[in-house]
Amino acid sequence: MKQFNFLISLLALFTLFLSPAAFAAEGIDAMINGIFSSATGWFVSLIFSPIPGTSFPWIVLWLVIGASIFTLYFGFIQFRSIRHSISLVKGDYSNPNDAGEVSHFQALTTALSGTVGLGNIAGVAVAVSIGGAGATFWMILAGLLGMASKFTECTLGVKYRNEYADGRVSGGPMYYISKGFAEKGLPGGKLLAALFAVFCILGAFGGGNMFQANQAHAQLTGVFGDYPGWITGVIFAGIVFAVIVGGIKSIANVTEKVVPFMGIMYVGAAIVILVMNYDKIGWAFGQIFEGAFTGLGVAGGLVGALIQGFKRAAFSNEAGVGSAAIAHSAVQTSEPVTEGLVSLLEPFIDTVVICTMTALVIIITGQLLVDAQTGLYVLNEAGTIATADGSSGVALTSAAFGSAISWFPYVLVAAVVLFAFSTMISWSYYGLKAWTYLFGESPKKELTFKLIFCVFVIIGAAVSLGPVIDFSDAAIFAMAVVNITALYFLMPIVKKELVSYMTRVKSGEIKKYKK
Amino acid sequence: MSAKLIVGVDGSDAGQRALAYAKRLAGLIGEECSLELVCVVEWSPYTFQTAEENATRKKHRQEEKNNADERVIQPALKALAKEGIQAEGQVLHGKVASILNNIAVEKNADQIIVARSTEQGLSSRVFGSVTANLVMTASVPVTVVS
Repeated sequence: MKQFNFLISLLALFTLFLSPAAFAAEGIDAMINGIFSSATGWFVSLIFSPIPGTSFPWIVLWLVIGASIFTLYFGFIQFRSIRHSISLVKGDYSNPNDAGEVSHFQALTTALSGTVGLGNIAGVAVAVSIGGAGATFWMILAGLLGMASKFTECTLGVKYRNEYADGRVSGGPMYYISKGFAEKGLPGGKLLAALFAVFCILGAFGGGNMFQANQAHAQLTGVFGDYPGWITGVIFAGIVFAVIVGGIKSIANVTEKVVPFMGIMYVGAAIVILVMNYDKIGWAFGQIFEGAFTGLGVAGGLVGALIQGFKRAAFSNEAGVGSAAIAHSAVQTSEPVTEGLVSLLEPFIDTVVICTMTALVIIITGQLLVDAQTGLYVLNEAGTIATADGSSGVALTSAAFGSAISWFPYVLVAAVVLFAFSTMISWSYYGLKAWTYLFGESPKKELTFKLIFCVFVIIGAAVSLGPVIDFSDAAIFAMAVVNITALYFLMPIVKKELVSYMTRVKSGEIKKYKK
Repeated sequence: MSAKLIVGVDGSDAGQRALAYAKRLAGLIGEECSLELVCVVEWSPYTFQTAEENATRKKHRQEEKNNADERVIQPALKALAKEGIQAEGQVLHGKVASILNNIAVEKNADQIIVARSTEQGLSSRVFGSVTANLVMTASVPVTVVS
């Protein structure tokens, strides 16, 4: 308790330091922005540098090739096993004696609450406003391919997790890289695992934290009028602090219970809008297919649409990134493959269903301006597609929903804030696991990470969209560089597990408990 | 002929009433009667949890089992042993009604004894109480002690 009081006073002091009396409000935002952009610029350009002679970022190709190889290597597992995956989630194969432990459903929904978030609302808006309707096609394709990446990493996550004597479980790429490489007699496992952990910490600060705070602030200002970002940041940081440091579980519990309903409501509203505009659905799909192969005048044409689609899909469903393997590894199962099969539903729900809904609503409500004569998009000065009211990011999605259901932007504010919050809580855990992997487990070390995490919430809300989105992407994709490299070496282990499991399911050795 | 009675206990007054009734019945039946005390920790595989909760779930499950065993099952078993009544006990996670019924079927029990639960509020009105559920779905006779 003493320690808790001390922390509260530390946070209060920090808040005071950022008070308007100390600095002019706008000055702080500008200052943080400047320092942030100059500090992260080199990292961003390294990750997103194009393949020589093209405008295609190598990292996007890296993800697509990875997902395609896993799809082929496992014989289109995402399409073959979907019925079995659903059966596993329903608990048909769960041993009743294991009741009370983490079920497949719980592991899946926990992982989903970390991935379903602003990527689905703001990220998709960014994708279609730069890459046009065609970006949606590539996004769906990336989602479908990504299911195989997720399968591979989550199977390994369970297989090589650490189960401690007191019943706690720790898993994720750090563990499967170091243990899996050692098992295969490959050198460099420990180094690669440590490198992953470093990028995971950066990803936790970036996409899992700053991007969320940033877009939540954008949404709040859209409704309540403009005010300095650090105010949202301090409030958010305070709540995150209360949960992850103060251990106030009730806030996290409420969020965990409300978020799924928000997700259902979001998809529900999108379906209502699609039904209201049913006559335009055919046209919208026409735009998506035509745009996918011609670009319909967007910067970079076909490649421009493809890059945006793949980039935002990867950022949203995190397939190949390795983060979900941390969340999925807590499941109760004696067959690691079962969790891999369950986890492949995640990119499907996240990208193929939710992201596509967002994109369809933006396209159908006519947010992207099209030149009536040429049928091509009207571009603005920045080279992105001009939108009906000039908005971008989460504001564009809000405008699209608002044009059909006038009060929906208010619901969207609540959804964005809650999604942002639940994603932050999930990523604070992923980051913490990486942190303790590197520095060891001790209350002091964990507290240090959590405090830094809270500071980044404030920075994220204060910095303008550009630098934050760039750094967030770069950090998350850097995780994928290490993770996918390791997956190539470890995928034969997954194949062995899969073949053995499927043979036993077919022979009836593994049977359903529920009839 | 032996008789097996399943008794739902949870450490509450209602649980005690069910146990007291089962004891009386066991006394009447005689030596062939044995009791199976079941304490159910309410749990569903379809709830939403945080990653941290999941990571410590196994540990908490064991703690819940130990707690229920120490506080509910063991004291009751001791008291029954003193009175010379044969009894066993277990702690399980899940839905009360279906667990009691499953155990009754598995152990080939003659009857399930529970006390009328005192739960009130919206959820019991919408979904019905645990006892009502049990009475409607059970495969063996159920005695509900008031």
